[in-house]
Amino acid sequence: MTSPGYFLTHLWLIPLFPLITAALMLFVGRFLPKSAVSFFCVGSVFLAFVHAAGAVLQLRNLDPRVYQQILFEWVTPGVMPAFGGLLPFVADWGYLLDPLSAVMILVVTGVGFLIHVYSIGYMGHEGGYYRFFGYMNLFMFAMLTLVLANNLLLLFVGWEGVGLCSYLLIGFYFLKKSASDAGKKAFIVNRIGDTGFLLGIFFIATTFGTVRFTSQYLHDPVAFAGINDTLAAMLDQHRMAYGAPVLTVIALLLFVGATGKSAQLPLYVWLPDAMEGPTPVSALIHAATMVTAGVYMVARMNAIYQLAPIAMDVVAVVGTLTAIFAASMAIAQTDIKRVLAYSTISQLGYMFLALGVGAFSAGIFHLMTHAFFKALLFLGAGSVIHALSGEQDLRKMGGLWNSIPATSRPFLVATLAIAGIPPLAGFFSKDEILGKAFERLPYLWFIGFLTAGLTALYMFRLLFLTFFGLSRLDPELEHHIHESPRSMTVPLGILALLSIVGGWFAFPVLWGGESSFAKFLEPVMRSVLPEPAEATPHGVLGDFLLMLASVAIALFGIWLAHLIYVRNPRLHEKLATSWPRLHKLLVNKYYVDELYDALFVNRIQDLSTAFGLFDAKFIDGVGIDGSARLARVVSALSMWWDKWVVDGLVNFVGKFTRSLSTPVRMFQTGIFSSYAVFILIGLAALLFYYGHHMQVLVRNLR
Amino acid sequence: MMSPAHYLFLSLALFIIGCIGVITRRNVIVVLMSIELILNAVNINLVLFSRIFGDAAGQVFALFIIADAAAEAAVGLGIIIAFFRNRETVLADEMDLLKW
Repeated sequence: MTSPGYFLTHLWLIPLFPLITAALMLFVGRFLPKSAVSFFCVGSVFLAFVHAAGAVLQLRNLDPRVYQQILFEWVTPGVMPAFGGLLPFVADWGYLLDPLSAVMILVVTGVGFLIHVYSIGYMGHEGGYYRFFGYMNLFMFAMLTLVLANNLLLLFVGWEGVGLCSYLLIGFYFLKKSASDAGKKAFIVNRIGDTGFLLGIFFIATTFGTVRFTSQYLHDPVAFAGINDTLAAMLDQHRMAYGAPVLTVIALLLFVGATGKSAQLPLYVWLPDAMEGPTPVSALIHAATMVTAGVYMVARMNAIYQLAPIAMDVVAVVGTLTAIFAASMAIAQTDIKRVLAYSTISQLGYMFLALGVGAFSAGIFHLMTHAFFKALLFLGAGSVIHALSGEQDLRKMGGLWNSIPATSRPFLVATLAIAGIPPLAGFFSKDEILGKAFERLPYLWFIGFLTAGLTALYMFRLLFLTFFGLSRLDPELEHHIHESPRSMTVPLGILALLSIVGGWFAFPVLWGGESSFAKFLEPVMRSVLPEPAEATPHGVLGDFLLMLASVAIALFGIWLAHLIYVRNPRLHEKLATSWPRLHKLLVNKYYVDELYDALFVNRIQDLSTAFGLFDAKFIDGVGIDGSARLARVVSALSMWWDKWVVDGLVNFVGKFTRSLSTPVRMFQTGIFSSYAVFILIGLAALLFYYGHHMQVLVRNLR
Repeated sequence: MMSPAHYLFLSLALFIIGCIGVITRRNVIVVLMSIELILNAVNINLVLFSRIFGDAAGQVFALFIIADAAAEAAVGLGIIIAFFRNRETVLADEMDLLKW
């Protein structure tokens, strides 16, 4: 085993860089000038990117290509009542770099760095500059923790961390009601998914007695059991079998988590609203990185999914339905960012289709190319919005092709890439997915194929409405159109380049070869089935026909968009009026939000109202007020007792004494003369009593 | 010839006049004067019986009582003057501050 080298041994630095600057920004950021904020925050992401790139380069020298590093024991050893009796359980704060996380950290730090650079220009005039970058760097830390985690529990920490940052950044303009509402919606909808995810983690812990992914690259693999190793051992000993119910349950629960984070049916509703956040946030979090966490997580747990065919089918079906459903909604949207949001949902659906048909590396491949061109689309849209001083409505754009060339050219590249035109990135990744789907589940391929046409249609609709045709701008705005600063256009150029070449790993597929990307990921995505399913033999010709079909339907979509929105601009209004119901249904996004409101939100509000009434009437009314009333009655009784019995006794003693003393008191008349009379009477009484003594005395004297 | 009975009757008369004065008069000065009468009635008795029994102790007693009466008059008048300054009255029935 070759020695790992600096970048690998310092893997822990990659998430640490953004964490340090995030802490700096959030604690003392308000005292720093904007230039310092930009320097620290963008610099730290750049350093993270350099370290990530170095680590991936050094990883290629290792054999096998796995590097694992445990920083410290985090959840200290306990015992878990697992499948095979009590097992020691430990979760650590450790990082795992293998081909899968290598792809992820490169995408996260690379695209993240470009978006940070872009943000310098885009957010330059906004208040809360340091707060924005602090949250963005915190997000980078959480996302890197998520993808580098060596166990599910740490992955969950990153998972919740990105959720928190997403909430904070969607609600960045928190004075705007719609923005803070959107943040809350995202957070709450994600909680629903996270419940499933957490249950899945618990199931894994109790089934395998561990939450670590793999024991590879550790000196003591026995003490360090990984999920994959345990699963393989269980299969060997026939304690676990293909299609075991517990695996299906785990896979489905984990997928519930993925539908929340990655905006799949039925939990996708938060993502369009998330567009309330600043545009770089939409690009980084809600297009390129965070929303793909679900895809990453399912790919990471692929060993379990491979053994749970029912869960795989569910993943594939949900992904496909999401893809076409979201694509159809994108057609009728008028907000430039919302179109892109639905497009993101649709593309994520493609990724889940890929995972569901067992093409894990194709899903990750699409994740990567999608990160490039969707980040580019969002940043381009942001640049358009910037140029138009905040206008986001497609109906008030048009004719911008030559007025902002540094934005419109890269935007065209990204649009071609997402529409699947060769040889751009989207073509290769999407084609790989559709090819794999055709092998496994042809009817899903057909829906995906239709979605490809829809994708081309709505993306070119967006492109034509924004950049072509006659200008429909406010005359007021027309004078203010300005190209974005260099810090924004340079990232656009780099991303455009990546959107072109990003798919070329898969060039050999064209002549029946193997994609070098898939080969790179193969160690992680290796089949765990005892006898790998025999791939249906299909010739190069079949592949080629499928490719031709995809390209043809994409071109058809583009032609249709051109016909409706450029050649005959009135046509789309006519279409809308001739099918008013369909149009209304699409504009209102199938009334899903209203349906959720009616089914869940309002019901929960009713429940809260009922609880509130219970609280007011029963707890407060009967409990609190009742006890107060009882206390009043008791105290009235006790007051009566005190007044009439206790005081009565005291008064009685007083009165009794007084009545006894009254006759004696009568002598104290206060009249001087009467006292004299009493004295005389007393004297007379004495004389009367002792009178005869006196007589005897006098007689003796005589 | 004066018999002892004459003296006793004089003494009795003075004593009764004094008693009546003490009981009936409102003015404290007059009451004080009446007390003087009573004291002098006692003096007459003491001197009388002193002569009868040939013992001088009775007359010494009388002399002491005279001195005592003077002192009593001085103290009594002092109290009355002090009282008059406060209440502007010397009537006994208006001295009722300690009455129940």
